[in-house]
Amino acid sequence: MTAAPVLDDYREVAPAGTVDFLRRLSERVRGRSCLHVSATTTASGVAEMLHRLVPLLEDAGVRASWQTLPADPPFAAAAKVLHGCLQGGDGHLDDEMLEAYREGTRRAARELLVDGDIVICHDPAVAGLVEVRPPEGVWVWRCHADVSQPQRRAWSFLRQFVVKYDAAIYSLPRFAQRLPIPQFLIYPAIDPLSDKNRELSATEIDATLERLRVPRDKAILLQVSRFNRFKDPLGVIEAYRIVKKREDCRLVLVGSGDSADPEGEALEAEVKEAASHDRDIHVLELEAEARVEVNALQRAATIVLQKSTREGFGLTVAEAMWKGKPVVGGFAGGITKQIIYDVTGYTVNSVEGAAFRIRQLLGDAALRDKIGRDAREFVRHNFLITRNLGDLLALMALLLRA
Amino acid sequence: MSKSFHFMGCWELREMLGRRAFDERELVDGIEEVPLECIYMHTHAHFLRHKYIAGPYPNDFATWAAIQVRDRVLGEKLAVLDPFEFVDLNAVRAELISLIDDHLRSMQTVPRVVFGEPFEFMQSRTLEVPTGIKVRTLAEFRDALAGGVDISVIYYHVIAARRHKNRRHGDFAGWLRHELGEEALATQIERLSPYGLSLEGIRGRLVAACDAALGKRTAGTVAT
Repeated sequence: MTAAPVLDDYREVAPAGTVDFLRRLSERVRGRSCLHVSATTTASGVAEMLHRLVPLLEDAGVRASWQTLPADPPFAAAAKVLHGCLQGGDGHLDDEMLEAYREGTRRAARELLVDGDIVICHDPAVAGLVEVRPPEGVWVWRCHADVSQPQRRAWSFLRQFVVKYDAAIYSLPRFAQRLPIPQFLIYPAIDPLSDKNRELSATEIDATLERLRVPRDKAILLQVSRFNRFKDPLGVIEAYRIVKKREDCRLVLVGSGDSADPEGEALEAEVKEAASHDRDIHVLELEAEARVEVNALQRAATIVLQKSTREGFGLTVAEAMWKGKPVVGGFAGGITKQIIYDVTGYTVNSVEGAAFRIRQLLGDAALRDKIGRDAREFVRHNFLITRNLGDLLALMALLLRA
Repeated sequence: MSKSFHFMGCWELREMLGRRAFDERELVDGIEEVPLECIYMHTHAHFLRHKYIAGPYPNDFATWAAIQVRDRVLGEKLAVLDPFEFVDLNAVRAELISLIDDHLRSMQTVPRVVFGEPFEFMQSRTLEVPTGIKVRTLAEFRDALAGGVDISVIYYHVIAARRHKNRRHGDFAGWLRHELGEEALATQIERLSPYGLSLEGIRGRLVAACDAALGKRTAGTVAT
């Protein structure tokens, strides 16, 4: 991994005046310490975000650090089931798992030095550490998961820890729970300088698409998502077929089977079956590390789709918008926070709605350009990592009364 | 020597109150009971969430009714409400309640979210941040507004300032009038209504007004 960017690197991409303003804001918490604790340093969106955010906090004058839980397979297995149950999954959380979670937390507390002016524990796996919090310092639970419809037993178990924090942060209002502590809303954000979002040259884009065997001879419709029912890849294929009767285009579906979804494999097979009869449908299974590839595909796309019927925040929408693409998204979750209807894209409620908007956009290059431009500016002001940094600095200042 | 103008900005954190409305009756009940800070968050502070593009409706209540409940009629009725026309937040609250009550009286059933999201009552926790940028002349003022200052500066001096009795017309007009003697420009800026604009839109109007004033002066100088 290349060295993480510093704050000044964002002058070119953040709104005018933002970097200087963040430095001013950071003066209120300069020299204070902020410890992040997460389950792992790899293979998760949280880790990806912290890899970039922690160096930026340091650059802003905060003594920032990041610790992860020690390896502990029984604890990790229990935490995974807990996480799934909190997200409303079908898993079963038994007493043995709850004890493994408690024991793992106690062990982690013995091995870690969890100390700071402010300690931010990310996600349910780390929540239990609050049991051993020292008297000093402010503790915040940062929930990235969709806990809007949790299994009752799982939430009751977790709640006993959460109420011992000084505050909680959620990514969407509907994730918030009835709690006696302040609950803040902080939207996720994308890093415009990461491999997934940085500018790419035309040569890089061409070479990447050639390698992926996606010709650029006609308009490209793209959806990047796990093969999960809620992301509705079959609905996307249906919408493409309606459009295809009148407009020549390709459909590229980028994803992978969803191991958390028992129906994932079956769905993937259905998607592949549907695609096997049409040479203009490309189903690409890419590794999580294929960030440049996703970037190139998004930049090469004419229209990006995120036709979810249920969604967490859906940051792939902001990624595409940042690349100046019109997005047609399902009316679900955080997609409605990113797409201002008819201004920065279109939200739709049906296959037919998606087909209608795709056709409209394919037939109107000026509309695509206008929506793409506004979409990029909307992301610049609302969903870049610089805004996330500001939220954290402001939260520190507020909670530390700095 | 005129006193310099020091630009202040702010950063908004959104705190959820843990109260939700799934239908319009619950919305009006909530509006009646939440702290005034919450009314402020969903009307005036709406601008902080629409820095570049004005939202489809100018406050969160109208946006929710029209987009999430899909009750365009209530959305439109609430959209007409200009929070800057009211003496205080209690008056804004009373008008909101009256508008929604009237609307509900005309309905057979209470509209509620079916496919959309519930309304989440929130309040702003806003931190004031000095930008360190000070200006002494109209030209410096114009240049700082045009490019150098964070967009929250516009919110702080044009929107947030109006909450305070002695800053009813925002902070810019008073400084332009009393420190620079720019009476006409000050009056023009006092009359600028933020309603329906984004913060960038307001910035654009302010810069255009300054340009016009500076242009007139330059033209006048050349003529003499």
